[in-house]
Amino acid sequence: MIYEPSWLAVVVFMAFVVGTVGLSFYLGSRAQSSEGYFAAHGQIPWFINGVAFAGDYLSAASFLGICGMIAAYGYDGFLYSIGYLAGWIVALFVIAEPMKRLGKFTFADALDAQFNSRGIKLAAGISTLAVSVFYLIPQMVGAGVLIQPLLGFPHWVGVVLVGVVVMMIVVTAGMVSTTWVQFLKGSLLVVFSFVLVVMVLARGLSTEEVNSLEVLGPMAPPSAGADSIAGRRVVAAESGWEETPQFIRLESEAGAGYDVFVIDPVGEESEQVYLREGQALTTAADKSLWVGGVPLGTGPDERQLQPVGSVTELPGGAEATGPLGPLEYLTTLQESEVTLWGSQPVRHPDGGVTMVYYPKPTPGSQVLRPGEHPTFAGIRSGNTLDRVNFLSLMFALFCGTASLPHILIRYYTVKDAAAARKSTIVGIASIGFFYVLTLYLGLGAMTSGALDVTTNNMAAPLLARSLSQWLFAIISAIAFTTVLGTVSGLILASSGAVAHDLLSGFMGIELTGGQQVRVAKIAAMVVGVIAIVLGILFKELNVSYLVGWAFSVAASANLPALVMLLFWKRTTRQGIIASVVVGMVSSLGWILLSADTFQKVYGLPADQAWAPFSQPGIVTIPLAFATLIVVSLMTPKPKEVGAEY
Amino acid sequence: MHDISPRRFNSRLGMALFALYLVFYLGFVLVSAFAADWMEATVLGGLNLAIVYGFGLILLAFVLAMIYGWGCRSDEEPRA
Repeated sequence: MIYEPSWLAVVVFMAFVVGTVGLSFYLGSRAQSSEGYFAAHGQIPWFINGVAFAGDYLSAASFLGICGMIAAYGYDGFLYSIGYLAGWIVALFVIAEPMKRLGKFTFADALDAQFNSRGIKLAAGISTLAVSVFYLIPQMVGAGVLIQPLLGFPHWVGVVLVGVVVMMIVVTAGMVSTTWVQFLKGSLLVVFSFVLVVMVLARGLSTEEVNSLEVLGPMAPPSAGADSIAGRRVVAAESGWEETPQFIRLESEAGAGYDVFVIDPVGEESEQVYLREGQALTTAADKSLWVGGVPLGTGPDERQLQPVGSVTELPGGAEATGPLGPLEYLTTLQESEVTLWGSQPVRHPDGGVTMVYYPKPTPGSQVLRPGEHPTFAGIRSGNTLDRVNFLSLMFALFCGTASLPHILIRYYTVKDAAAARKSTIVGIASIGFFYVLTLYLGLGAMTSGALDVTTNNMAAPLLARSLSQWLFAIISAIAFTTVLGTVSGLILASSGAVAHDLLSGFMGIELTGGQQVRVAKIAAMVVGVIAIVLGILFKELNVSYLVGWAFSVAASANLPALVMLLFWKRTTRQGIIASVVVGMVSSLGWILLSADTFQKVYGLPADQAWAPFSQPGIVTIPLAFATLIVVSLMTPKPKEVGAEY
Repeated sequence: MHDISPRRFNSRLGMALFALYLVFYLGFVLVSAFAADWMEATVLGGLNLAIVYGFGLILLAFVLAMIYGWGCRSDEEPRA
C-alpha cells in the first residue's frame, strides 16, 4: 500500500525525542560515577523500575510483531504473548532477589560473585554481547522499516536517527536516563494501547465493505480453456501463471490490466465455486512494481493495493453489533466469519515475481484457536518433530526472559532485594495487561478494514488510523519510541559487558570508576555505530526471527549457570564456564544449521537443513545444565560458599 | 516455619508458587501441542478453552505475583 506520511506523527515523535534527550542531559550530572552510569546508584524507586521493565522488555517485536501476527493469523500470535509473560514468573520467583544480592553492574558480576574468575567474566561478557547484538539487529531494522510509512523518511534515516538518539541517551546519563526513557515509553505504550482497545470495543464489529474487491458466483467451475467468465474476457494463463490453476485473471473493467481471482469451492455438497477477487503485486525483473498489470501508483493509469481486513458474516446476519464488552467481543467473533489473506508467489520466466494475495473466508472459531500460522501449523498436522519444535519454542520463551542481560541489569538499579521483588511484580502487572491488550489490538486490526496485505507489521498503526488520524500519529510515534527504549537498554548492557567484564575484569586493566565510565561510553558509541551499520546492511532481510534467536541463546547460555549457581552448592568455576560456552555454541550452531536459517538467510531449500527442527531450546538448555553438572563433579569443590542458597 | 530466615522462607514460597505456575503452563503447552482440538471446545461463557486458558495464565501470573509480594517476609537490614 502507499502511505501518506503523517506530519502530526513526525511532530509527536520529535517532541518525544527532544523531551528524552533534554531529560538525559539534565540527568547527565547524576551519572558521573560507575555506580551512577551502570546502576543509577541503585536509587530508582521500585514502581518506576517496574514500569521501566515493561519499557525495556516490550520491544517493537512485541508491539508490532505480535499484533501483526494476530491480525493475520489469529490466536497464534497470542501464544508468544503467553510465553513472553510466563518467562517473568522465572524472573520473579527464581532470579530477582539473588540477582540483586549477588551482582553489582552486569550479569557476569552475579555469575562470578563467589569465584572471581577471569574465565567466567570472559564467557559471560561474550554471551551478553552475542545476545544483545542479536536483539539489536531486528530493533534497528524495525526502526528503518517503520519510519518510511509512518514518518515518510527513507530506511537509513530511521536507523541512523534511532542510533544517534539512543547513543545520546546512553552516553549522557547511562542507566539513569535509560530508566526514565523506558519508564516513559512503557507508560505511553500501555496507556495508549488501552485507549485503542477501548475504541475498538466501542466500535464493535461490522460487515461494512472495506474495499471494492468482488466476489463472483456461485457458478460452475470454469473450464480450463474458457475465453470469458461472467461476461469478462479471461487473460490466458502463461509465463508462469499456468503453474497456479487456482488463480484466474479477468481483464479489468476499468481498462488496462487485469483482476486476479481465486477459485474457491462453495462447499462439500456443491460442485459450484465462487471466484473471489484477490490482489496481485508484481516485482518485475527491473525491480519496478506493478499491481494487476499496471504500474503501482496513485495516478490515473496506475493502481495501488487496497486495504483489507473484514468481517464477512456476523451471528444472526446482523450488519453491525454496536459497542461490545471485552468478552462479548470474543464470543461474537467466534460465531462470525472473517476474511484472512493468504499469499502465493507466481514466478515468471524473465525473473519477475508476482505475489498473489487472496482472500480466505475463515470461521471465527478457527481464528481463536492455535495452529493457523505456518510456524504452528505442525501441532495440527500430527508430525512429532513439529510438535517438539513447538514445545521447544515455548520452553525457550519461558526460560529466555530471565536470562536476557538487558533485563537482568535492571535489578541493580533498585536499592534492595525487596525493591527488586516489588518492581518485578509491577513489571508483571503492566506487561501482562499489555499482552491481554495485544489480542484485542490484533483482532481489531483483523476486522478494521485497514490492513496491508504485503506486511502485517503495520497492523497496530493502521488499526489506529482506522479510528482517528490523531491516534495514528500518536501510535506511530509510540511504535517508534518503543524502539528507542529497548535499544538503549541493549546498548547499555553491551557497554557494561565491554568495559566492566571484558576490559576491566578479564584483561585486568586497572580502571578507576570514572575511567570505567569513560570506557563504557566509548563502548556504547562503538556498539551504537555497529548497530547502525548492521541495521542498514540487514535492511532486505526479514529479521524478526532474530529475537527468537536471542531468546534461545540467552536461555541456553545464561539460565543454566545462573540457576545452578543459586541452587547447587557443588557448582564450580569450571562448570559455569563450560555451561555458558556449551550453551552458547550449541544453540547458535543449531540455529545456523536449522531449516529456518537455511530458507531465510542462506536461501537454500529447508529440507537440506541439518538440525531436525528449528528451535534449539529443548535440546540445548538441558545440554548446558548437564555440562555444568558433569564438569563441576569432575573439578574440585569450591572452597567457600558465599550465598545462603 | 519456626527458625528459618526470611530469605529462606521467601525462597521456599517462591519455589512453591513457581512450581504451581509451571504445572499450569506445562498443561497449556502440552494441550496445544498434542490435543490442539481441545482448545476449540467452548468451556466458559461461550469462550473457547484457548482464550480461557490463555487469559487464565496471564491472570494467574499476576495473582501469584501478588501472593508472593504479600507473603514475603522482610529480609533487609535498614541501610544508612
